[in-house]
Amino acid sequence: MVQKLISFTLIAVFLFSCKKEIPKEALTKEIAKIATVKSLNYEQLKPLLEKQDDKIYVVNFWATWCAPCVKELPYFEKIGSEYKSKNVEVLLVSLDFPKQVSTKLIPFINKNNIQSEVVLLDDFNEDIWIKAIDATWSGALPATLIYHKNKRKFYEQTFDYETLENELKQFLN
Amino acid sequence: MKTIKSTLILAMLILMTTAFSTRTENGYKIGDTIEDFSLKNIDDKIVKLSDYKKAKGFIIIFTCNMCPYSVANEDRINALDAKYKSKGFPVIAINPNDPKASKGDGFEDMKVRAKEKGFTFPYLFDEGQKVYPKFGASKTPHVYIVNKKSMKVEYIGAIDNSSKDPSVVSEKYVENAVDALLAGKKIEKTETKAIGCTIKVL
Repeated sequence: MVQKLISFTLIAVFLFSCKKEIPKEALTKEIAKIATVKSLNYEQLKPLLEKQDDKIYVVNFWATWCAPCVKELPYFEKIGSEYKSKNVEVLLVSLDFPKQVSTKLIPFINKNNIQSEVVLLDDFNEDIWIKAIDATWSGALPATLIYHKNKRKFYEQTFDYETLENELKQFLN
Repeated sequence: MKTIKSTLILAMLILMTTAFSTRTENGYKIGDTIEDFSLKNIDDKIVKLSDYKKAKGFIIIFTCNMCPYSVANEDRINALDAKYKSKGFPVIAINPNDPKASKGDGFEDMKVRAKEKGFTFPYLFDEGQKVYPKFGASKTPHVYIVNKKSMKVEYIGAIDNSSKDPSVVSEKYVENAVDALLAGKKIEKTETKAIGCTIKVL
């Protein structure tokens, strides 16, 4: 009993001292962490792929289990921050399995401090929506759609920052 | 010096673009005649399509160990083989990934996975990644149904209409296609799509 009490006190002291040392920024980051990801079916995602406002949208289809997707994600994040003032918005459409949203996707977003909006696309009948998103898309990940009003370009490929920026520039006039 | 550098970069860019565009545009289309291949199976024996004297056709599936979409389809692939091998349409699975680019997709790993899942079909290793580009496979899983008599491609695409969740499948593309071929009927859907993992090469 006494022993338990001692270890409890020790843990409490340890926690307390840790808490004291957390810098202010880390706390803000802590608050910024997300707990949920919006899950959409294709009908719900569709409006996000054909907005008619003044923004240029860079939509990346990815998943945490897709290694080439994870590798190129920082470039999309960078595009999102560097071109924010130029009316560019990045949307990350995750194709993770719904049962792995809480175990893989959300921890990934928090760990990597992902700033772009992430939504989960969870729908069957892939044949219909893959063809609807782009007729040339085979369904392989990663894939990217850049659009501005009715001008659209689809890429079934991986990107480095420079290539992505060059493609985006074609939309910036 | 600067010009050399930019020429090099330009050349690299051109090469990269061609690599991307040829990857999906080339390869067999519906109605194309396929070349036989000769690949090593997990039992260390070489498998050729011409070895199958009694087959009426083949359900060729590019798949692998590591892709979650492939894993989600393993039981369905076993079920396809169980249903159609005796009817003359065996499953032939091919792992197109270069293990150097995809850890866990090596030949020895394939043996382990096949044993764990009790694969009833050959699971071939595309050594040197020479066969999958001929098909134009772009991802795993990716199915090609071939008619043995003509060696023509009859179907390209997904196994069914819900690759990640078998509980909501409402249309079995591969079964419908093979059933049509067995009945001497026209295949209703010859090309379908599903999400998959990019084929991993260096």
